[in-house]
Amino acid sequence: MTAVASERPAGATYSAAGGPRRGLASRIVTKLGGGAVQALLVLVAVGWLVPTIGLAISSLRGVEDNNATGWWTVLTRPAELTLSNYRTVLGNHDIVHSFGNTVAITVPTTILVVVVAALAAYAFAWLEFPGRDWVFVVVVGLIVVPVQVALIPVAVLYGKLHIFGTIPCVILFHLAFGLPFAIFLLRNFFAGIPRDLLEAARMDGAGEWTVFRKVIMPLGLPAIASLAIFQFLWVWNDLLVALVFADADSAPITVALRSQTRQFSSNIDILAPGAFLSLAVPLVVFFAFQRYYVQGVLAGSVK
Amino acid sequence: MTVTPPGPPAGPGGGPDGARSGSGRPSWLTAGFLAPALALLAVLVVYPIFYTVWRSLRDADGHFAGLRNYGAMFTSDATLTAIKNNAIWLLVAPTVVTALGLVFAVLTERVRWATAFKLVVFMPMAISSLAAGIIFTLVYTDDPDRGLANAALVGVHGVFSPSAGYSGARPRDPSLLADAPGGGLRTARTYQPGETAALALVGVRAADLPNGAADAVAATPAAGTLAGTVWFDFVRGGGGRPGVIDPGEKGLPKVVVQAVSGGTGSGGPGGGSVVATVRTDDRGAFAFTGLAPGSYSLQLPASNFAEPFTGFTWLGPTLVTWAIIGAYVWMWSGFAMVLIAAGLSAIPREALEAARVDGGTEWQVFRKVTVPLLAPVLVVVLITLMINVMKIFDLVITLAPQSSQDDANVLALEMWRVSFGGGHDQGLGSALGVFLFVLVLPAMIFNIRRFRREAR
Repeated sequence: MTAVASERPAGATYSAAGGPRRGLASRIVTKLGGGAVQALLVLVAVGWLVPTIGLAISSLRGVEDNNATGWWTVLTRPAELTLSNYRTVLGNHDIVHSFGNTVAITVPTTILVVVVAALAAYAFAWLEFPGRDWVFVVVVGLIVVPVQVALIPVAVLYGKLHIFGTIPCVILFHLAFGLPFAIFLLRNFFAGIPRDLLEAARMDGAGEWTVFRKVIMPLGLPAIASLAIFQFLWVWNDLLVALVFADADSAPITVALRSQTRQFSSNIDILAPGAFLSLAVPLVVFFAFQRYYVQGVLAGSVK
Repeated sequence: MTVTPPGPPAGPGGGPDGARSGSGRPSWLTAGFLAPALALLAVLVVYPIFYTVWRSLRDADGHFAGLRNYGAMFTSDATLTAIKNNAIWLLVAPTVVTALGLVFAVLTERVRWATAFKLVVFMPMAISSLAAGIIFTLVYTDDPDRGLANAALVGVHGVFSPSAGYSGARPRDPSLLADAPGGGLRTARTYQPGETAALALVGVRAADLPNGAADAVAATPAAGTLAGTVWFDFVRGGGGRPGVIDPGEKGLPKVVVQAVSGGTGSGGPGGGSVVATVRTDDRGAFAFTGLAPGSYSLQLPASNFAEPFTGFTWLGPTLVTWAIIGAYVWMWSGFAMVLIAAGLSAIPREALEAARVDGGTEWQVFRKVTVPLLAPVLVVVLITLMINVMKIFDLVITLAPQSSQDDANVLALEMWRVSFGGGHDQGLGSALGVFLFVLVLPAMIFNIRRFRREAR
């Protein structure tokens, strides 16, 4: 990273773009300033990385080492690294089980949000029905509703239905609270699809269902990808909803790890590798699809 | 701001209107598309809002209680702390995050590796608050040998005011080395250049003795030099002679030694002026050279015996909220940066160039052109963060240890504690939920208005 950072004075882009010619002095100042900016940004980037690196290294050190010295001592004594913590975590039934629960909650939620929201978004964008704009405004308004306002009533409801504590009830809650933003995002995208394409399909005698499947879904793929990534990360990283609705048997990794944080330093052998595993999946997803994720964030902003 | 496909974007009812010829399409078809979403929203989002309002008017057992829950909410210490902390969050976190995001976005415009930088800073957005909480619990560990934040602080502190940190150390013989007037220790007798001094201390904690400390040696007299040794007059296992440097006794490194002239020694009213200051080496040896002929007493200032600086108790009662805000800034700055960078790339280059041609400095261009043009984006970022901060929960519950959780309390955490985590007062919990809901209402209205404006 730092290798790329060399040279290239700050003003270069501007003057290359045909900007005003500058005097030698001003160019030197710019170059020095550019160097300072580079140095500052390198420092910031390192500062941003170090906490995560600290977790990664801590997860590779024994409990005694972690409780005696800081992780940075490996810089001088690399021999103390070990995989034993990961063996402990992978042998810990609760943690492994909760990891499975996280997947079992996140994947269906993501798929359901995309499908249900896409259907509604299509209706809001391309079907005429009375009160359409008003209903949509309500949906937009619901984007910011805090989950706290629904925790108690939904808990009561689940209790009456005798499904409290199960994985489906966590999924349902995430699904409902994911919908407003999802519908908003997809509707805006679907509405921008050229009308001719839809009309052509309709002319060919395609029904709305066919239009939705054969025209809207393929063309809406970029927005759907953004939404899916965004939703996946959102649910994967959730703590509060699962803390309320999931019982011990259906608790995801975040809840399982939280219960270990009470005795932080004695549980560091589980916490560090567990946390690292739990963030490895979102990080892989993020790096693989970061463009879509950033677009989702840009579109969403308010949530 | 939105992901836009090629083709003209359409507002509600914008695009499709004319082609809506087939309005005779059966409405059950429309219902089929809408029903799943609307049913879920109605049952799990809209109905609960009303239920919560209703429930907030009842006590824990479900009996009607009027506004008593709200009264309790605004009088209980826990909630008042939570409201105070939420206010701190609201004022500090969004501002700092947006400011950092703005700085990063503007600065990265000038470097070639901007993408790499953005990726690094944005990365924490992808991980859970819980993982971030664990990461920062490690950073905030009190012990400077283990916690990064305190290790860094102690390192920086040591550069600016290196302290020997021999707390608890005391003279072997209080009649030779006694309390100095301004704190610290001073010799009772005076020395002249050419003499040597042996300053024996005891009571040094093993942990305070630096690894580099070497065996002490007695100073050799030299003309014109006032030399001496400060050492730990103690032999492990016993057997040492008091006041004499025995084999195996360690010198005390980094002790500040001052030569004081004109003083009357510790017995008198004190005074005198420090004419020279030196530090002992690894063997505890020090030497003053070039002193004017005369008599000097030697002084070990109080800083030698101060408790060593070990950083802050980040997650203790006073700092905990600020420490958690620090972790939040780490998580969210990338978000602000990416949004602002997108807004920045939409600013016409000509506007900036024109300002530069007119002789504006970079700072003026930034303040007078860039920031005003970015204002709408900055507002969106700020509001988004404010809503987010209002509901802050995960980071607080993960980072605040049990002992300071009351001090770090926020509304969302209190709501959970009252109704699920320990307490079972759904009435009070509902009142807190309603309160949170009311707090985000302005943002909801802002959202709707922004949407309607963009749709027009």
